[in-house]
Amino acid sequence: MGRFHRLGETDRAPVRIEIDGASVLALAGDTLQVAILTHAGSLRRNEFDGGPRAGFCLMAACQDCLVWTVTGEQLRGCSTEVEQGMRIVTRGPAWQIEP
Amino acid sequence: MADRTVVIVGAGPAGTRAAARLVAAGVRPIVIDEAVANGGQIYRRQPPQFRRPAKALYGFEAAKAEALHGTFETLRPSIDYRAQTLVWHIYDGEVHTLTGNQARRIRYDALILATGATDRIMPVPGWTLPGVYSLGGAQIALKAQACAIGSNVVFMGSGPLLYLVAYQYAKAGARVAAVLDTSTLAASIRAMPLLAARPGMLAKGLFYTAELHRHGVKIVRGVTPVAIEGTDEASGVVVRDASGGERRIACDAVGIGYGLRSETQLADLARCEFAFDTVAQQWLPVTDADGRASTPFVYLAGDGARVLGADAAEMAGQLAACAALRDLGAMVSDDEIRELREGLAPMARFRQGLETAFAWPARFAAGLPDEAVVCRCECITAGELRSVARDKGAPEVNRAKALSRLGMGRCQGRMCGLAGAEVLADALGVPVAEVGRLRGQGPVKPLPVNTEMAP
Amino acid sequence: MNAPVRNDVIVVGGGIMGAATAFFLRKRGVSVALLERGLVGQQASGVNFGNVRRQGRFLPQLPLANRARGIWGRLNELLGEDAEFLPSGHIRVAFRPEDVTRLEAHVAAVREYGLELEMVTGNALRARYPYLAPGVLAASLSPVDGHANPRLAAPAFGRAAAREGALVVENAEVLGIEKDGTDFVVETAGAGTYRAPVVQISAGVWGGALSARFGEPVPIVAKGPQMAVTEPMPYRIEPVVGVASSIEEEGIYFRQVKRGNIVWGGGWRGPALPDIQRAYVDPMNTLRQLPMLRRVIPALGALRTIRTWSGIEGYLPDDIPIMGPSGKVSGLFYAFGFCGHGFQLGPGVGDVMAELIATGRTTTPIAPFHIGRFAS
Repeated sequence: MGRFHRLGETDRAPVRIEIDGASVLALAGDTLQVAILTHAGSLRRNEFDGGPRAGFCLMAACQDCLVWTVTGEQLRGCSTEVEQGMRIVTRGPAWQIEP
Repeated sequence: MADRTVVIVGAGPAGTRAAARLVAAGVRPIVIDEAVANGGQIYRRQPPQFRRPAKALYGFEAAKAEALHGTFETLRPSIDYRAQTLVWHIYDGEVHTLTGNQARRIRYDALILATGATDRIMPVPGWTLPGVYSLGGAQIALKAQACAIGSNVVFMGSGPLLYLVAYQYAKAGARVAAVLDTSTLAASIRAMPLLAARPGMLAKGLFYTAELHRHGVKIVRGVTPVAIEGTDEASGVVVRDASGGERRIACDAVGIGYGLRSETQLADLARCEFAFDTVAQQWLPVTDADGRASTPFVYLAGDGARVLGADAAEMAGQLAACAALRDLGAMVSDDEIRELREGLAPMARFRQGLETAFAWPARFAAGLPDEAVVCRCECITAGELRSVARDKGAPEVNRAKALSRLGMGRCQGRMCGLAGAEVLADALGVPVAEVGRLRGQGPVKPLPVNTEMAP
Repeated sequence: MNAPVRNDVIVVGGGIMGAATAFFLRKRGVSVALLERGLVGQQASGVNFGNVRRQGRFLPQLPLANRARGIWGRLNELLGEDAEFLPSGHIRVAFRPEDVTRLEAHVAAVREYGLELEMVTGNALRARYPYLAPGVLAASLSPVDGHANPRLAAPAFGRAAAREGALVVENAEVLGIEKDGTDFVVETAGAGTYRAPVVQISAGVWGGALSARFGEPVPIVAKGPQMAVTEPMPYRIEPVVGVASSIEEEGIYFRQVKRGNIVWGGGWRGPALPDIQRAYVDPMNTLRQLPMLRRVIPALGALRTIRTWSGIEGYLPDDIPIMGPSGKVSGLFYAFGFCGHGFQLGPGVGDVMAELIATGRTTTPIAPFHIGRFAS
């Protein structure tokens, strides 16, 4: 059940990504934040209260929209364009410390 | 002038007009902007895959937006435009940039900071829940992504953006559950003489209100936010209305904001002097009438220096460029400068009117329950902040930060700094100017450890 | 004009040295006024790396470091506050055989001082510290050393000293110290006048100007540590990590705190300006430190730095602090200029100085730190 609600502009090329193992479709031109939040309710968990977070400012100021990829990369959801094949985990971080 | 290195940080209205003026003088400025496209926030562009016309995105400002974008496109061949590039530090006469994970440094002859603003936030219990966004954030979701932040949205706070975003949502077909304004009609009436400095703006505000009524949106004034309810996401907003009674409005998203807060971190790193601005109720960099900061060859323009709106930003950008050109030895006519200064005068009056009508609700800081999260990055509560004031003698915000961790997170105090200062000042029983401001430290935004110096 | 405030001792400078001294003096029943120009622990004590380590020191400093380590272990109950001391271990890693040899020599040398270090190599190294880069040849482990929170420790000492009855005066810039008969008279800017037969100078790099007034100048210089911290990550790196190398730029050190952030520093120093109480991190130094971090733990490359800071540390050319009685003036004592390695020593310095002042002697050898070594 998504959080963000599309109000049109849905006639764009589909982009397939994976969120927590589930394959979903976003639209070309979506930010990663929008791509995830049109399917899921949150992007990440806060480190200290464990609470779900879904971003806040959408203008790269709050840094609360961070998203981990399965390969251990961190992306800022609101300023990253969604790309085909992205594989995201919302319960992270996916920090792989062993070489 | 062609051999001078002038760096402009920010490709919004102020940065664009500064660039245009410099190009006209034969300079090839370096324009650095963090976003993927120019326009800043108010004139933020939708991605190329979107089709909505300018009128749908910018309403009354469509012509201005298109003019600004057109100017930038025309300037492209004459400027060194670095998009998706962060200026993370300014040190020793150089700006330090980050593009991807490549770090570069640029020695400047003149530096124009046009870094814009973010929403000014007063926390309320529950504000960190999914579904809660700043007013600016809610607007960007619509403008740049054709999304509403939820299917039943409450907008809460004060200021012109509150009504504008609510109206834009209603017009775009989103369901707006309510507009909850913390300011009162009485305050707006009191501010009328100042607001009349820009009659067009006043008229727009009345239009948005009328349109919201027409859409059947409930507008409540004089509220005090109590909480945003919900376990894992926002499910409702509780406020106390003017009569003192509690009201609950069900929703699945909330847009909150109380005016704007200038992004001044780079000016701080450039070692510009700051002073407490009583109109803005913020510490702002000190500038002369043309935008010169206290650090030589550093100029500030637009909302990043002082929030006066997009129209003022365009004029201030051009004016800052004029100041830089003069300081670099180029000829700039007194007439041009005088006209720009005169154009800016009503903006300041209007801003004062806005701060009177839609005051920053500093008083809410005192009412925050101890459990309310103030610093959302580090989850530092109002109670923890009060305790470092009372029990550990923190007399000002930097000490409070050292002892409580407020402002130590990824956003480095952008979201919590102003409210944190109010909570601290209230706990100490002193005016907020007395608790100072958070000392800026680089990087202004997170710098990857895998950053490499560009060859 | 109020009458001067009298105490047995005046401590000038409220960093960890001064605050700890004031605390331990009170524990010995000695009355003390602690005068601090700003806020307790605001200078070097509050901005340093937070290392609580004993290996890698000038060997004659070990008795003092051992004494300090004993106090760190019971600091929370002593002060009634948490300074976040974590005895999570401290390792120095080596990438070159000659550095491994140096580590081994150090392990042997510190044994006589009661410090038991362990060389960890081969499979044990990979098993215990799987995150270390393959190029790390060996680690010298001090199992019960660790780290603490420098932002909290000195202020906690100051508050504890006040609870024990010390007069702790902040925002009290010292304008002058004069000898008047058997007493010293200390004048402050707007915070009153103080008299005592004993004065301790614990004013960091600013201590040099004060010792010079008593005919004991020292060649102390100010340097700024180049510190940085990452965003919080799951807690995986237990020991504090330092690099043993003869090349200064390779000398990075870092520690992960329980909350998950990784603090680091080292390799370079930056500009520190004691006259305006400002110190800066040169962003080029931060950029240079990044590959040094990745060299030790490649996985750190996935993290982001969110903040940098510096401070004003006082250095002597022999990298040895000034500590002990004055060589010229009776009743005058010094504890300053700890060359960027004083944090761990702080509680020990306070305890030793209090013992010295209260009883006339101390069981911990501190002769190598005597200011007389700079007498011309």
